[in-house]
This record gives sequence, structure tokens and C-alpha cells, in this order.
Amino acid sequence: MSTATTENTESGSTVGMPNEFLTFTLGDEEYGVDILKVQEIRGYDTVTKIPDAPDFIKGVINLRGTIVPVIDMRLKFRLGRAEYNEFTVMIILNVARRVVGMVVDGVSDVMQLTPEQIRPAPEFGSAVNARYITGLGALDERMLILVDIEKLMTAADMALMDAGSQALQ
Amino acid sequence: MSGIDLARFHQTFFDESAEGLDAMEASLLKLTPDSADAETINGIFRAAHSIKGGAATFGFAAVADFTHLLETLLDRLRAGTRAITPADIDVLLRSVDVLRSLLDFARAGRVDDATLAEGLSAELRALLDGPASAAAEKTAPRADRSAAGWKIHFAPHAGLFASGNDPLRILRELQRLGECRVVATLDTLPALDDLVAETCYLAWDIELRAACDRDDVAEVFAWVEDECALAIEPLTTAGPVPAPLPANVAQAALPANAGTAAPVRVDSGSIRVATEKIDNLVNLVGELVITQAMLQQLAGSLDPVQHERLFTGLSQLERNTRSIQEAVMATRMLPVDFVFSRFPRMVRDLAGKLGKQVRLVTSGEQTEIDKGVIERISDPLTHLVRNAIDHGIETPEARAEAGKETTGTMRLSASHQGGHIVVEVADDGRGLDRARILAKAAERGLSVSESMTDAEVWQLIFAPGFSTAAALTDVSGRGVGMDVVKKNIEALNGVVEVASETGRGMRVTIRLPLTLAILDGMSVAVGDQVFILPLGAVVESLQPLPEQVKRMAQQGTVVRVRNEYLPLVDLREWFGLPGTKAAPHESIVVIVEAESRKLALQIDDLVGQQQVVIKSLEANYRRVRGVSGATILGDGRVALIVDVSAVVRLFSQPLAA
Amino acid sequence: MSRILAVDDSNSMREMVAFTLRSAGFDVAEAPDGAEALELARKEKFRLVLCDVNMPRMDGISLVKALRELPDYKFTPLLMLTTESGPEKKQEGRAAGATGWLVKPFNPEQLISTINKVIG
Repeated sequence: MSTATTENTESGSTVGMPNEFLTFTLGDEEYGVDILKVQEIRGYDTVTKIPDAPDFIKGVINLRGTIVPVIDMRLKFRLGRAEYNEFTVMIILNVARRVVGMVVDGVSDVMQLTPEQIRPAPEFGSAVNARYITGLGALDERMLILVDIEKLMTAADMALMDAGSQALQ
Repeated sequence: MSGIDLARFHQTFFDESAEGLDAMEASLLKLTPDSADAETINGIFRAAHSIKGGAATFGFAAVADFTHLLETLLDRLRAGTRAITPADIDVLLRSVDVLRSLLDFARAGRVDDATLAEGLSAELRALLDGPASAAAEKTAPRADRSAAGWKIHFAPHAGLFASGNDPLRILRELQRLGECRVVATLDTLPALDDLVAETCYLAWDIELRAACDRDDVAEVFAWVEDECALAIEPLTTAGPVPAPLPANVAQAALPANAGTAAPVRVDSGSIRVATEKIDNLVNLVGELVITQAMLQQLAGSLDPVQHERLFTGLSQLERNTRSIQEAVMATRMLPVDFVFSRFPRMVRDLAGKLGKQVRLVTSGEQTEIDKGVIERISDPLTHLVRNAIDHGIETPEARAEAGKETTGTMRLSASHQGGHIVVEVADDGRGLDRARILAKAAERGLSVSESMTDAEVWQLIFAPGFSTAAALTDVSGRGVGMDVVKKNIEALNGVVEVASETGRGMRVTIRLPLTLAILDGMSVAVGDQVFILPLGAVVESLQPLPEQVKRMAQQGTVVRVRNEYLPLVDLREWFGLPGTKAAPHESIVVIVEAESRKLALQIDDLVGQQQVVIKSLEANYRRVRGVSGATILGDGRVALIVDVSAVVRLFSQPLAA
Repeated sequence: MSRILAVDDSNSMREMVAFTLRSAGFDVAEAPDGAEALELARKEKFRLVLCDVNMPRMDGISLVKALRELPDYKFTPLLMLTTESGPEKKQEGRAAGATGWLVKPFNPEQLISTINKVIG
């Protein structure tokens, strides 16, 4: 009983800061998202185009019976060439009680970071707006831009939700 | 001890109270002073009684207090000590309304609003002869207390056992109040041979050494006080200091907020299941249908002779899938009575207010429709019934003058007709006035002619804005908002038709699909994408001749179909799909209609007709203009369902030439 | 151990009674009215019957009367759940053969303590 309490207090100090990240690449940068927000990773499928949508929303797919919108982050952040081939991957995210597919250049691995390895985000120009960056993760030679994916996906300019249901403006 | 959270029973209480109130209301509407049969009043009493008991138990004080008054009145009516008057029925009906509001408050977890019931409570009290009767329930002050304890003589009658009571139980209970010295009196015990096992022969003298009230002691014997000789005297000799009273009655648990998961209610022959569970089942069956369609499609490329057994299996799978689908859909079905039952009250109130006499006749109340459809036809039906009483049915004087029965008749009926449900709202009022409608339409710049059939003229009342003209309502026999009615019905993929005979009445027929989860669709192709058009909205499809297509300066391209110029919308352009735009006469054009407006949609190809399972696009994405939902095709791809109403609204002018 | 029969036409009350008794370790059967309760009681000997007074088809008083006539229920505790705390209903119940009563509203704790009084 008492040990459980101790553990609780310990993890309580890092509440709100995940410590396991799925890393992916976009252009020259490496990003990390909270692994708990990731539902699965799959190859790129045929999408059904949706009218009235910005170019980075590729359309919708059928994910085991659910209609899921797909966003191409390369188009959203104007990075490199958005090609679709057998190597194109899609991260299926669970954010704000919705399921969203996100196309990236590639998925690398899952990384564990201790609080000491996470530094505050500087005001520098990464492709993703600093507003959505929660910190920088440093591990050996790698530098990981940690993204608050829920905040990013629910932002108005993502055009994923009706104006009324936007969590953040 | 148990710490049971009463909130877990709240949902059941609200559900049964709502049902009870509906039943009360229905019975009250049938009740007249001369036809007040005992069983009907008893039923009404029981409903109020159950609500009161539940409300008091689960901590809804305002509901319990109000129901108490109601119950008192009902009890007098039931006992016959009070003759029922029309005013009583009226107050009782309004009480049903107040209780509904009180329960809504409670359900929403809001504090009981005492003011809500204040007015009616006063009226009820007045009916119950003055304000005294409700409040006079103070218990007498408990005075008798003995510090030393009590001396009790307890001599049960011989038949005590026959009530299931046991003197030992009573003695045990006494001991919980404090230390007891018990002496049994064996005087009346017979000889063994004469002893009857079912008879109680013993008596007891007990000294209870506890500082408690006489009432506490009497309470222990309450169940048997008529079946024994009982004497309770204060104990005079001081004994040892008594132990403190055990707190054997705990505080009533505070009710927590409502809204916990609805418990499954097991009833005789039925079980209450959360709608979510059924919806989940509906979704899963939808998946099954898709998988089955996919297998069917894959098998299409195989040789039927070589794979005979596979084909047999597949057709069996198709049959079974369809049966499962029907069975699951049936669980979402509710009798249309859920909507119809509100009308007796509404008709009564409205007719009374307007000084008209209206008889409501309903039939087919047991016809079942999908729960979702029920919820959404309730408003349009209310609108139609209201209009019919307001504008269709004449005053008794006008009816008498026209040689009609002074009481008008409203008929509400429902029936199944081949995969659809048909609901009719009919009245024997004045009917529609063809000449006035035509004149009005011409005035509003609509294209009309004397040669139009009646059916076409009646459809004019559904034109947007048409029936909002106040001056029209009385002559047309229709009220406002018919366009809204039609829009609502079409949103359910339904169809509205009107029949009318001047002076004899009119009938509105609504034809609806049985369920909202499945749509009869026409699949069309544009490039490599497939779209679904609701079959109900499709008028025809054709390949126009070059001379049928014209470019108009103001309206863009139009297609002439049987003397009508319809706006032409290229689905490829509208959806921003890749591919080169073909000339209309080299494509297929589908004429669709919604909200009394037609439109031509240009597509590449017709694929076929099929039933599709409707999926929400908004669950993970947002609303899309011109799209009402999506479905999954046999090959696993997503196809969008075109919202014909929205497209029509965007591109066409009403009946413009 | 034989079961307790809970009889009430109100689903929420019956649910509350049954749930409370089950939580206290009793086996419970349920019936929505007196007629159904009587039918059940003919098939199975319950150790205790708890019944509401006002019910459709067969009310609590009639149920108690009918049960007392069954040989199996001659001495079985029969408790009535009553909102009428007035003497007439109790008198009527007692005359019919009820063991005792529990006045509504009651909470789960009161219910359990009453039950324990009778069969504890």
C-alpha cells in the first residue's frame, strides 16, 4: 500500500509530460509525439477525396468501418515532395476522442526520455509552429522536437473539426 | 453498512416515472366525470403513488412533496369520497406537466425548483379543502423517557406464529436496546400431549436496563401489538449505567447526481438495453454487410461451375446477413405510439383554445419505426396536426352551415408498406383552395398555369416561403411552415404527398424509410470515385442531346428536360476532382429533386443501385457542405453520400423557368 | 439457502430492494405484481417475501392473504413496503397475515436492518 503511494507521488512530479515518444521524420527534422496518442501505424491507402478541404487533407479512409480523415503533414508544413508509394506511412492518432491519420516521411522508433533529457522549446523556426512544441528532447546525437499533437490537430487551421467543437483557437 | 449509492437507480426511476406520467396522461384524457371507472382511477393513483415512493426514496423532495398532494386527491377520487369534476381532470393534467418539469430538473441534477410547483400545489390544496390538510402531519412530541429502563410484560396471543412473527426475534431486538433480564412465564404451557406446535403458549417479563424512550420499546412490538398483551412500565429501581444507544438507523444516503450508466432492467419478457449497445450492434452488422458484399464481389471473378460450393455458401451468407441485419434493426424499432400518444392532449388543448370540436382517431399505433426516425418525425407531425386544427377544421358554426357534423375529425394513422412506413394526417375540414393557391403562387412569381394538375398545385404549398404568407393561411386551409415540414421529412429520406378535396378535407401522407442507418442509394462514378445519391431524390437519368444544354448568362449551364430548365451541376467540378470536364452531352445527367426543386447532376457513369450503411463523417472529421455522410463500398473504399437538399439549395431557384 | 422474493410494480424500487439484498449476500427473486409473485411462490418456497401494497393485477394485501393460505407460507415472514404510515393500511395488512411492514421511504441500511430482524 505504502509503496504504491510513493510511486504515485513520484510520477506526480512529471504529470502532463509524457516520457515515451514515437519519433518520425518530416523533411530534415525529427519529431516526437506522445506514444499514448498513437493508435497504430499503417501504410498509405487509397483515400476518398473530400470536397471543400485544404490540400493537406488528403481525404478519408475506411479504418475497420470507421471513416477517418487523413492529413499529409508534408503538405501542411510544405516540406519536401509529397509522394505516395509503398513506403509511405501513416500514423493513426487518437486525439480529442477522434481518430485521425497523419502522413509523414517516415517513422523511426519509440524513445524513452527522462525529464532531464527534455529541455524547454526555444523560439526557433522549426517547420511546426512553436506554439505546438512542448520541448526538445536530446538523446546522444539526436535532437527531437516534441509536439503536442492534440493541440496541433485540434487547431483551427487544421480544418479537422467544426468551428463549434474546436478545443483550441 | 452497505454504502449503496442510490444514484445507480436514478435512471430507472426517471424512465419509469416518464412512462408512468405518459400512462397517467393517457388515462386522464379518457376520463370524463360520467365515465370514471374505478380501474382507470386506480391506475392513475398507482402511477402517482409509485412516483412518490421512488422520489422520496431517491431523495427528490420537490417531486415527492408535490406527488403527495396529487396522491391525496387521487385517493379521495379512488375511495369515492369525492366525485370527479372536469376541473379535477384539468388540474390533474396540469399536474402531469408540472411533474414532468420537476423530473426534468431532477434528471438534470439541478436543485429542485420549488416555485415550479407552487401555483399548482396551492390549487391542489384548495381542492383538498384548505391548506391545513397537507401540513397536518406533525407527529406528537416524544416525551416518555425513562433513565432507568423499562419493565415489559409481553404475552403473545396463541396465534402469533400465524403472522410469521417470532417472539425470539422480538426479544433479540429488545436486547439491542440494552441489557435485558428475561423471565419466561410457563403458566399457560399445556401438558405435552395437548401441545400444539403452531400455538404460542409462552409469555415473558422483561427488564430492559437502558435509558430509552417508551416509543423505542413500543417500536419493537409494533408489528405484533394487536396480537399480544403488552405492558410497558418505567423501571423504578436504578440499575447499572446503561450503554449508549446503538445507532441502528443510519442517515439516509445523500443522492449523488444522476447520469450514471443506466442499469439493465429485467422485466417479465423484456430487457432494457442502453441505446449505445444497440447502435454498436447496428454498426457491427453494417461491417458484416460490407464484408459480405466484398466477398460477393471477389467471387464474381470466379467460375460458378468450378466453385459451386463456394457460391452456395456465399448466397447462404447473404441470406443470413440480411436476416441478422433485419433482426438487429428490429431491436431499434419502437411503436409509432410513442409519437401518437402526445396528440390526444394536444388536440384537446388546441381545440379548446380555438373553440372548435375535434375528435381524434388514431390507428396503427403499434406500427414500428426506427427510434431515430421517431424522434425526428415528431416535430413535423405536430406541425401538421396543429395546422389541421388551426386552419383545416372549421368552427362548429361553420361546419353546421356547411351541413357537416359540428365535431371535426382528425385521423392519424401509420402502416407498413413494403419497406417503408406510411404516416397519414387527415382532417375533414375545408380542404385546400386551388384557385387561391394558384393566384398566390402567380403573385409570388412562381411559374404556374391553370393546366397544372391538382397534385402539382398542392405541392406549391411546400415551396419555400410560400405558406409563410399570413393572408394565405386561412383560405388555403394550411398554416405556416409547410416548407419546413417537407424539409424535415426529406432529411429523413422521406416523401410528403398531399391530397385535398375542397370542403371535404385534406390528407398529408408521409412515406419514410424504416431506418436511418441504411439508405437505398444509386451509386454513380466520377473519375475513379464513387458517390451515392439517395434513391428517393433521383427522378431520372439521361444523356442529354447537345441542343438540350444551354449556357445562360446569369444561371450558368442549364438542361432542358420536358419544358423545364434545370441548373446543371458538374459533380467533378463541385467536388474538385481531377480529370477533364466532359461536355454534358457526352456524360450522364441525373435529375434529382429535393425541397420541390430540381437539379441536373453531371456524372461520368451510373454504377448501380444498392443499399448502403450510412456512416458518420463528423465522428472524426467535420460537416462537409453537400455531403450528408459516407458509406463503405464492397471493395472497402469510402464513398460519400451526396446531400441532395444542400446541393439543390445552393444551385437552384425555386421552380424558376 | 432459500431465496427472498421482492415484489414491487415500480422498477426502481424493486431494483433498489433486490440490489441491496444481493449486496448483503441474499439470493433474490423479483416479481412486478402480486399475481406473478404468487405464481413464483407456488413453485418455490421463499424464506421471506417483501411486497409493495399498491400494485396492478394483485395488490399486496391480497398477495399476503393468498400466501398465508399456502401450507408452505404459513409461518413465512411476509413484509409489506408501505408509504401509508397511517394505521388503517397496517391494520389491513396485519389482518391479512403480514408479519410486519417497512415504511417508505427507506434507505438500503434500514432495509437490511429490518430484514436481519426477521431472518437474521
